Amino acid sequence: MSDFNIRYISRLARVALTPDEELRLGEQLGPILGYIEKLKEVDVSGVEPTAHAFPLVNVVREDTVTESLSNEEALRNAPARSGGLFVVPKIVE
Amino acid sequence: MLHRLTISELTARIMRGDCSAREATQACLDQIKRVDEGVKAFLSYDATDALNQADAADRLLASGVSSQEKPLLGVPVALKDVIAHKGQPLNCASKILGNFISPYDATVVNRLKDAGAVVFGRLNMDEFAMGSSTENSAFFTTLNPWDPTRISGGSSGGCAAAVAAHEAFATVGSDTGGSIRQPAALCGCVGVKPTYGRVSRYGLTAFASSLDQIGPFTKDVSDAALMTRVLSGYDPRDSTSMNEPVPNYQAGFNHDLRGLRIGLPREYMIGGLDPQVDAAVRKAVAQIQSLGAEIVEVSLPHTEYAAATYYIIAPAEASANLARFDGIRYGARVEGADPFELNSRTRGQGFGDEVKRRIILGTYVLSSGYYDAYYIRAQKVRTLIRNDFLKAYETVDAILTPTTPTPAFKVGAKSDDPLQMYLCDVFTISCNLAGICGLSLPCGFTGTPKLPIGLQILGKPFGELTLFRIAQAYEQSTPWHRELSPVA
Repeated sequence: MSDFNIRYISRLARVALTPDEELRLGEQLGPILGYIEKLKEVDVSGVEPTAHAFPLVNVVREDTVTESLSNEEALRNAPARSGGLFVVPKIVE
Repeated sequence: MLHRLTISELTARIMRGDCSAREATQACLDQIKRVDEGVKAFLSYDATDALNQADAADRLLASGVSSQEKPLLGVPVALKDVIAHKGQPLNCASKILGNFISPYDATVVNRLKDAGAVVFGRLNMDEFAMGSSTENSAFFTTLNPWDPTRISGGSSGGCAAAVAAHEAFATVGSDTGGSIRQPAALCGCVGVKPTYGRVSRYGLTAFASSLDQIGPFTKDVSDAALMTRVLSGYDPRDSTSMNEPVPNYQAGFNHDLRGLRIGLPREYMIGGLDPQVDAAVRKAVAQIQSLGAEIVEVSLPHTEYAAATYYIIAPAEASANLARFDGIRYGARVEGADPFELNSRTRGQGFGDEVKRRIILGTYVLSSGYYDAYYIRAQKVRTLIRNDFLKAYETVDAILTPTTPTPAFKVGAKSDDPLQMYLCDVFTISCNLAGICGLSLPCGFTGTPKLPIGLQILGKPFGELTLFRIAQAYEQSTPWHRELSPVA
């Protein structure tokens, strides 16, 4: 896959790679990308795609208040929190 | 000796009053202390909580509750580190989850507890269930109880090893492309991948949502049938769970297999199959025939495309599912000047190589300009693979294959070659793509070293009853399930 650009794709995926990792993972992905090319041999004309083995239907519940996690429980695993909220770096100047 | 019993044997003893739930739990904890340094199945376990649950089970027993009402009353069952257990750690064998503690119970944990089980332990796995050997765990590799120089399989290697080492009476794992059946085969236990939608995925960390399914590992088929019944059923909290009745699978047992037609797919008896695996599977087929089943050849013509299809669809779904590990809401964080940098650094440092490879692969096949060529095409081939099975099931009740092409390989043998590792799952992947059910059970051993060999039985959608019937009849007519691993 000559047009596979690991730096571009890892940025889309939001995974920061070191230069070593770019080289190593890129090299390992080569044969895998070659292998999946195999599907180009299959005649898929007129075939519908399958996203799920069984048809999916929306499931809705009654619009009533039910028990849910408390604010404290929801924040318990947060790496940074303050005043009952998740803390993130500044987004807008 | 208590730890070596099957669930049915243990339950009979508990109900007779010959042993307590506490003694059964203590027996598991003692066995873990004795052998887990060499097996490394458990990432952690909470002995105090397990013994408290056992005491609660003993109080229920004293008040007259029986195994009729609670079929797992007092039975210790351990969990793969991908299933939420309230108040206990959940890491998916990854560093990125930091010190995560589950805020709620998965539906399967509720079901196990309702059935009276003592739910304990966090079992090792490949990070985020991506792998076939547990070598992708961020913590350590689980070793095969039959030969500690070899892998236990994956991704649920800890589940299989814990049952083979008799550290738990049963374990619960997940299977996206073979992650229950492959390690079960390599460690010599029974492993079940139920039909997609049979078991609720609520509380299972998602890897590939259209393929993931939870299932049990047990010491024999009867226990597997019981565990599957306990785990199964509709759950309004999982919109993909199916509202199909759950039969009593054990009630379908019958040593006579007359009237069943079982298919042998010609595409599965391939070159590259280990000769001892090939011989054991052929012998098992002959044995099933001698029990009365009619064996016929079937064709699943798109088999050779299953692995390529899987390695597009599963990474694509994973790249979306694993977006939630962003360093903001839970888990570890690596700081950055802005959210983008924080996300990217956290994920770059928190995920291991295999997870990064799959996220990048999945992002690529979903990216603009490649979506139709890879992802949509793979979904179309998935239709063809599913149709192959549905067509075969017009003439047969089940299909027999080897579970794996080879017995357990040496630690390190494939860890530098991801593509070779992917091809370990060549026989198990189609089942998930088609959404059908599958089971692996022991069908013999290699010579020296003595390593388990697995037979895979694939069933129709919601055809578990037939699957268990064939498996139990075969098991009861062969000695394999009575063999104990050296550390047992």
